[in-house]
Amino acid sequence: MTARIKNFPGVSLSEKDFEEGKILFVHDELKADYAWDTGIGIGAYLAGLKRGVILGVRCGHCRKIVVPPRTVCEWCFHPMDEYVPVKDTGMVNTFSLCYVTWDVKRITEPEIPAVIALDGASALSETSVIMGGIMHKLGEVEPKQVKIGTRVQAVWKPESEREGAITDILYFKPI
Amino acid sequence: MNERVAIVGVGWSGFRPRTPEVSYKELIYEAAVRAYANAGVDPRADVESFVTVAEDFIEGTSIFDEYTPDQLGAALKPVHTITGDGLHGLATAYMLIRSGYCDVVAVEGHSKASNILTHPNIVAYAQDPVLNRPLRLNTHFVAGMEMHRYLFETDTTQEQCALVAVKNRRNALKNPLASYAADLTLEDVLNGAPLAWPLGVRETAEHSDGAVVMVLASEKKAELLAEKPVWIRGIGWCNGSPSLESREWGSVPYLQQAAQMAYQQAGIRNPWNEIDFAEIDDTYAYKELQAMESLGLCDAGQAGALVEEGATEMDGELPVNSSGGSLGVGYMLEATGLMRALEAVLQLRGEAGQHQIEDAGIGLVQSWRGVPTTSGAVAVLSN
Ligand SMILES: [Zn+2]
Repeated sequence: MTARIKNFPGVSLSEKDFEEGKILFVHDELKADYAWDTGIGIGAYLAGLKRGVILGVRCGHCRKIVVPPRTVCEWCFHPMDEYVPVKDTGMVNTFSLCYVTWDVKRITEPEIPAVIALDGASALSETSVIMGGIMHKLGEVEPKQVKIGTRVQAVWKPESEREGAITDILYFKPI
Repeated sequence: MNERVAIVGVGWSGFRPRTPEVSYKELIYEAAVRAYANAGVDPRADVESFVTVAEDFIEGTSIFDEYTPDQLGAALKPVHTITGDGLHGLATAYMLIRSGYCDVVAVEGHSKASNILTHPNIVAYAQDPVLNRPLRLNTHFVAGMEMHRYLFETDTTQEQCALVAVKNRRNALKNPLASYAADLTLEDVLNGAPLAWPLGVRETAEHSDGAVVMVLASEKKAELLAEKPVWIRGIGWCNGSPSLESREWGSVPYLQQAAQMAYQQAGIRNPWNEIDFAEIDDTYAYKELQAMESLGLCDAGQAGALVEEGATEMDGELPVNSSGGSLGVGYMLEATGLMRALEAVLQLRGEAGQHQIEDAGIGLVQSWRGVPTTSGAVAVLSN
């Protein structure tokens, strides 16, 4: 608003105008259902989670290991098919304290998303670099106690309740 | 500036109604590996920029750009995704090279149509939310109304439209990439269930899964990379009136404009005489006839007779959709334009196998983004 204009012209809308149907109001809801084929890499990963195993895949060319597994190395574009179990323990690479939920509700106890650099578990992973980590949440921890570098371990759902989903791990907790 | 731009490598995967064994990323990866091997390039070292085409609602993820780099070898490289048809992507890749900014660019389009459980609902979201969507009509109605007006204005018959479906699905019998090949009679097509009268179900393309990747190069790179480069001689695109209320219903002027743009660049004056074959829109059978007329292959109202005479058959004067088109190969969402361009490349290289057209020198490729859009693109390719 400039100095010369003190008020906007016209009448502003009120909630009452909507209630009384004075405003054209269109409500619609998109029914968008998908059944994504998990494919070879992610399919193996989800099957691993159901068994309580975190699978990575190793690039035989540049020797990087990545979680979750995929069929092509994003760094050197070589195909990857050496599946490698990694440990369910690791170190917090980065985290945040979220005071707003995914559907935008304010909360007082924050959620703690974190990327956890996982420990290697096999001879292959000892000679390779594990790239990045697993994206998950932290639990059983005072938010203020979490630090970059905190050692954590996965807390799994009971085996009978696992369904081959990322939520088969409930969260990671400090060890 | 690079004066000339060539397609130096093509790759594809899928081309089946369903591809349950792979994710969309793995489907794209397979096509990319083939295209890079075909062009003799390493995407990490040689490809300078990547263009992909995708629509968020179709993919089921917002900002789909984020989901494209790894399977293309494009991580930490210039990448962008266009919400357009594959030919729009091809045009963008062409411009990146033509402008002199890049020498080697890859373009990608894919369809995982089998993974979309509520495709009609998603297409309905393309309708105007205030003016059209509240009428709650299946979006095929737009094609039914367009076909009806087209028949009314040009005296084209339903039989002539149905013949396109017969021809294309028969052509598909010779194309190993085609999912919907069939030897149908005119009666078979006409006796199918109505969809949006006068349009029938058997005149409407069914979905297919697949991915197409192409590698484009400047002339100096193309000479090093390709034995049989396919040159992009002209490429144009245009959108018509988006409004169902005010658009032309019998003809498609946006396509005339897109074609003029491509023809002007390619120096095409008499398309029917100069073009050897055409891979053009047949999402609905009547669209092929309407497209032939708008592309200037014949006058308004003449396409139906040309199809009846067999002029657009594989051994006719100007074969149209020798691949089988969308009716025979399957409708591949945003990859459709690249699916048609792929056929043109194979024809111009002499690699089309059983459906090879003799002496294919100049090919016309055209695509449409489907109902309810007036969005079209045209390319002229040559060997
Ligand atoms: Zn690698």
